[in-house]
Amino acid sequence: MTESTRIKLKTMNHVAAKAFACGFAAVAAMFAAGIASAEEGGEMQSAQTNVSNVTSLQRGARTYFNYCSGCHSIKYMSYARLATDLQLSEAEVLKSFAFTGARIGDQVVTNMPAESSQQWFGKTPPDLSLEARAKNPDWIYNYLKSFYVDPSATVGWNNTVFPNASMPNPLWELQGVQTAHMAPAKAGEEAHVEKLEVTSPGKQSSAEFDETARDLTAFLQYVGEPAALQRESVGVWVILFLVFFTFLAWLLKHEYWKDVH
Amino acid sequence: MANEGVNLGRRRFLTATTAVVGGAGAITAAIPFIKSWQPSARAKNAGAPVLADISKVEPGQRLTIAWRGQPVWIVNRTPQLLATLPQEDSRLTDPNSEVAQQPPFAKNETRSYKDKPQWFVVIGICTHLGCSPEFVPEIKPEPYDPEWKGGFYCPCHKSRYDIAGRVFKGVPAPANLVVPPYKFVGDHQILVGVGPEGAA
Amino acid sequence: MANFFSNIADWVNERAPSMMPVYRKHMTEYYAPKNFNFWYYFGVLAMVVLVNQIVTGIFLTMFYKPGAATAFDSVEYIMRDVEWGWLIRYMHSTGASMFFMVIYLHMFRGLLYGSYKKPRELVWLLGMLIFLALMAEGFLGYVLPWGNMSFWGAKVIISLFGAIPYVGDTLVQWIMGDYNPADATLNRFFALHVVALPLVLLLLVVLHIFALHEVGSNNPDGVEIKKKKDARGIPLDGIAFHPYYTLHDLVGIGFFLIICAFIIFYQPTVGGWFIENDNFIPANNLVTPAEIKPVWYFTPFYAILRVIPSKGLGVFALAASIILLFLVPWLDRGAVKSIRYRGRGYKIALTLFTITFVLFGAIGAGKSGEWIPEIFGPTADVSGIDMHFGWMLLAIYFGFFLFLWVYTYFGYEKTKPVPERVTTHD
Repeated sequence: MTESTRIKLKTMNHVAAKAFACGFAAVAAMFAAGIASAEEGGEMQSAQTNVSNVTSLQRGARTYFNYCSGCHSIKYMSYARLATDLQLSEAEVLKSFAFTGARIGDQVVTNMPAESSQQWFGKTPPDLSLEARAKNPDWIYNYLKSFYVDPSATVGWNNTVFPNASMPNPLWELQGVQTAHMAPAKAGEEAHVEKLEVTSPGKQSSAEFDETARDLTAFLQYVGEPAALQRESVGVWVILFLVFFTFLAWLLKHEYWKDVH
Repeated sequence: MANEGVNLGRRRFLTATTAVVGGAGAITAAIPFIKSWQPSARAKNAGAPVLADISKVEPGQRLTIAWRGQPVWIVNRTPQLLATLPQEDSRLTDPNSEVAQQPPFAKNETRSYKDKPQWFVVIGICTHLGCSPEFVPEIKPEPYDPEWKGGFYCPCHKSRYDIAGRVFKGVPAPANLVVPPYKFVGDHQILVGVGPEGAA
Repeated sequence: MANFFSNIADWVNERAPSMMPVYRKHMTEYYAPKNFNFWYYFGVLAMVVLVNQIVTGIFLTMFYKPGAATAFDSVEYIMRDVEWGWLIRYMHSTGASMFFMVIYLHMFRGLLYGSYKKPRELVWLLGMLIFLALMAEGFLGYVLPWGNMSFWGAKVIISLFGAIPYVGDTLVQWIMGDYNPADATLNRFFALHVVALPLVLLLLVVLHIFALHEVGSNNPDGVEIKKKKDARGIPLDGIAFHPYYTLHDLVGIGFFLIICAFIIFYQPTVGGWFIENDNFIPANNLVTPAEIKPVWYFTPFYAILRVIPSKGLGVFALAASIILLFLVPWLDRGAVKSIRYRGRGYKIALTLFTITFVLFGAIGAGKSGEWIPEIFGPTADVSGIDMHFGWMLLAIYFGFFLFLWVYTYFGYEKTKPVPERVTTHD
């Protein structure tokens, strides 16, 4: 065949090969879009947490220890680690967080005995160390905001994000009491919640409570992976180095490949 | 395959540069792996200071606690025992504790705090090969020493220490018993693992 | 300095004369075609990943505690308390997924350029054995953190062996060492994952490379470069592997490491694709995850298993889907190696096969539940459409192999003339 045909063929085949690779990339991007949206179970507001904001984490920690640590452990965290990462002194951490008389090196474990909580709630409150990784931060944020009074539930509360979780609203004092407006039940279906509304105000306004929920979510996100911030800052240097090294390697390769014709 | 005009100098330069940068990268990459062998946060937390209650330790008695996996002895020395210390100096390898086996505040004859000389805090591990010596506080002749004035005797290789943990001449152990950093918390408690300045 | 090294070389040479020639035979005097393209990086990238898995794996073993009561906690210990433990863990988990990404692309190259054809059938067979060993290694590794997906994934995959007639149930219990995946299962999986399979993989990789070097590499034109040699017996279109391809591959490795670094440092779970959310919950034999699905690299085969309603037939289809790949050198009777010169039918077939494989992956990953309502409306019969669509894909997947044989055996393929020499960008 002629030279020009051969070149056209080569180009076509190169295009085809690149198209395959791009196809892969496109499918990968589609899956990636799934990563970004992370929507499950209806309309989820974005938590918009900022784990690098230490003040947010400190506020979240305070909320956690005041309202959650009575029932829930975060057993993979030690008080000592909290002090370091949240930039608090060990004395402050022991005073504000370690109600159980724990020492600074201890793990954060609730004092509530498991058998009792099993009796009271029907289920032992789970450890929350990895909750932000098992669910995702958006889920936790929305969960915290979606409690409503439900006389038919054993603990008197229900939650639209996690129906029939046998957990009372730990933050009702701040959020206020939320009730559900039920949509009329269609034939053969159960009535479902149409809208939630705060009917009896709490100590915080709606915007303030959103902040509280956000900070608490950020704290749990941090607890899920304390190394996250270090990971991101180390990554910058690694990638910069690799780019530089690859560039050098390319220069070297290019020099030797001048031999090849 | 060599062509005329191969720039050998450039090749050598580029090879060397890439090799050096790549080598630096490889060494840096090895650092996290090597550092992973450091005591983990859990080990460090477990090695945190230990608070000991000394209110029940009578004169002549010894309390044993664990700190960083090692036995730490807290001895309440009687006045008679304390009086023996100056007499032993000539029999000892390092009577003035020149070798740094103790924090600065314990570099004295009693190897303890000056205002509370009776309280002796020491790591119960022989400085020879690591056995834990016996506590022999009675001032009476012993088979291994007719002039025994109370102290510690290690049965493994027969090293001897006086009641301030100072090692005798002529025994295999090279140094005085180690005094860890510690401080008093009130009159009835000793915190082992932290010195008076606060650092461990 | 150079003198020092050459003295050592002489010393070794006097005592083990066949060692130095190995270096020459496989590096400085191994002549590879000069027209390697993008698709030819993935072999060396696979080796880089293998080294990574072994090194990070060894270090993980220093801190991981195998055992149903301790494994999950020990992984969190590595992530939080061991200095740089999080990095070692992420390098290992990212490496596992990248291993499969690289291997799939590596195998795809084989299909593109006919690298499995005579005289390289043995290279292909060894490669397929490596793929099998790798799948086992990946499965075993994913069980080790003993998260909830580890447990339930193990339960599902081990139960597949129950489909084997007569011996099935006994076999399942024998594999588990208990009535359920339990401590016994975890400990033996640990031994297999850390010791047995890595040794098997290393052996197979060495054999794979030796087999390749015996016959020489293929190339994007499918031209046998050994047919045209110069006066010294060196292929005219060949260049010494070292330094040309060692340096060429070094650049490729650099790019690859950059991609891996982005994942490790900025998206280590890749939104649940590389480390599934459910695996951050400890194994619980009483609570099943909302959706049991394997990690992304097994999803195509999982889908093939699932779209067939009968368990026995499903397992058979799953096995067949991999065994047929072994047989490709004998199914493809065509003389032309490279897709560049093959008939249009093959190009279409391979494209369809690839798309099918990826779509199967989406089905296995549970995407049908999302996409079908979006396409067909909220009242669509998801599992019905899913299954029928899956059968269509199954027909294309298995049809590819049948087509390949018919197309080439009966001479329907219209190939183009293959050049005498490789075509390169000059």
